[in-house]
Amino acid sequence: MSEPIIQIQNLSKVFGSGETAVHALDQIDLEIQPGEIFGIIGLSGAGKSTLVRCMNLLERPTSGTIVVNGQHLAWVEEDGRQSFISERELRQVRRNITMIFQGFNLLMQRTCLKNVCFPMELCGVPAAEARKRAEELLDLVGLKEKAGAYPAQLSGGQKQRVAIARALATNPKVLLCDEATSALDPTTTTSILELLKDLNHKLGVTVVVITHQMSVIEEICTRVAILDGGVIAEQGAVEEIFSHPTTDAARRLVYPGGVSVQQYPAGTHAVRVAFNGGTAYQPLIASLAIDCGVKVNILGADTRNIDGKAFGTMLLGLPDDPNDAARALSYIRSQPNVTAEEVEYHV
Amino acid sequence: MFETISAFWADYGNVLIEGTWETLIMVVLSTVLAYVIGVPLGVALIVTQPQGIRPHKGLYGVLGWIVNIGRSLPFAILLVAIMPYTRFLVGTAIGVRGAIPPLVISAAPFVARMVETSLSEVDAGVVEAAQSMGASPLQIVRKVYLPEAMPSLVLGGAISVVTILAYTAIAGMVGAGGLGSIAIQYGHNRGITSLMWVTVVFLIIFVQIVQWVFNWWSKRIDKRLK
Repeated sequence: MSEPIIQIQNLSKVFGSGETAVHALDQIDLEIQPGEIFGIIGLSGAGKSTLVRCMNLLERPTSGTIVVNGQHLAWVEEDGRQSFISERELRQVRRNITMIFQGFNLLMQRTCLKNVCFPMELCGVPAAEARKRAEELLDLVGLKEKAGAYPAQLSGGQKQRVAIARALATNPKVLLCDEATSALDPTTTTSILELLKDLNHKLGVTVVVITHQMSVIEEICTRVAILDGGVIAEQGAVEEIFSHPTTDAARRLVYPGGVSVQQYPAGTHAVRVAFNGGTAYQPLIASLAIDCGVKVNILGADTRNIDGKAFGTMLLGLPDDPNDAARALSYIRSQPNVTAEEVEYHV
Repeated sequence: MFETISAFWADYGNVLIEGTWETLIMVVLSTVLAYVIGVPLGVALIVTQPQGIRPHKGLYGVLGWIVNIGRSLPFAILLVAIMPYTRFLVGTAIGVRGAIPPLVISAAPFVARMVETSLSEVDAGVVEAAQSMGASPLQIVRKVYLPEAMPSLVLGGAISVVTILAYTAIAGMVGAGGLGSIAIQYGHNRGITSLMWVTVVFLIIFVQIVQWVFNWWSKRIDKRLK
């Protein structure tokens, strides 16, 4: 495995002091690899925004080490003092690790083109060259024709596209997305996520996505960390976390309003089936009926399609006949990438 | 009617033209100079405030204190109190020249607060975005705060101009010249009430024009409205 592009060790952030102190982040360890799309998910107040803002030092951690692209932004001295990179050096680093925001944060008195030129103006790129690159970037995000428009004339999705073009202007290695789609409707969210995925492929830019929506993680992330109460509850490949959530925090996020068995009548024979990444279009229930002649009842389902693979859980009501039920269960268990367990009932 | 007007104009036309001219000079010069001092002060207040881009408790405290002192001195008192310094600065404490230093000293802290208010309306997220792109504090002031706040700064400009106009009338009481001094010398001291009312009308027209022009200007440059 190559050198991680973002390396965080023992990172803590405390707001305030004494009795009113809030531990927003508590001893976080995290490694993000170059070129991946890494998700950080958590409920409101979990500390995910603080964590991502530590990655470019918009927020200064109370203690811990942050290394971005081989450069130390924060570290602990041998005597235990917390040190940070100088302001001047930080400004250089920030050209390599840019950010997009929930509120877009465009300059309202500048045209889209001038907004994209802005980071290049900051580091002294000649105006003609900046303009040319800004035009290319607007084309890349599909807003070539809006170059002369002002942000107030754009929709939310278009504003975020301009913000993405602006964030890419300095050819960053890392793009941080702080709830970048939370203010957008589902369709627009999908199109922005597609764009991020596309840019990740085309430019190789590492993308860090902060979100409270599992669907965002599913759609684009390769790996995910689940943040809960300022600590990382679980981290790993999205598929793995999704199919075997081991912590409460993970379960809450993976099965939102999850499949609950309590609402079904006592005596129902049921089996909980987990799909762990088989092909999404494998018709399990239909083939069960055809191959075994057993009809099952779908009591609840929460399945998702991630990169063409099926994930999620389904709760099936089995026939009353014990033989039929046993046949169905063994059939389900024989399928690839599917696990099944019988469910106890407590009404 | 017409004869009355032309007779009035024959008597006082020159006085009114001269007074209007003096008022204009005082207002324009004082406003420009007050902004030369007030804008950096207002910017410094925003930059050094606790949530600012370069927080500095000491400097913020001292600047805030200076501005508050300047704002708490009534213009009429400041005008008289600093006369010796005014004489030292511009050679005289009367006339248009003598009025400029107290007008500027009084208006600059007012302008600083107006600028501070306008800049504080700039979305903190936009400032943060600029920081995240590696903008220096000076770049943030020049490329984010001032341009983003411009429509609001222009509207504040109208308030500053009208306030300074009111000050010039007070300065007129101690011989600064301008429309205010005409109203007092002719209108009040010599009992020519018609002339006093004419200066009042002139002042009203002046304020209306200033407000209209600044409103138009602010709307014209504000790209959020399009």
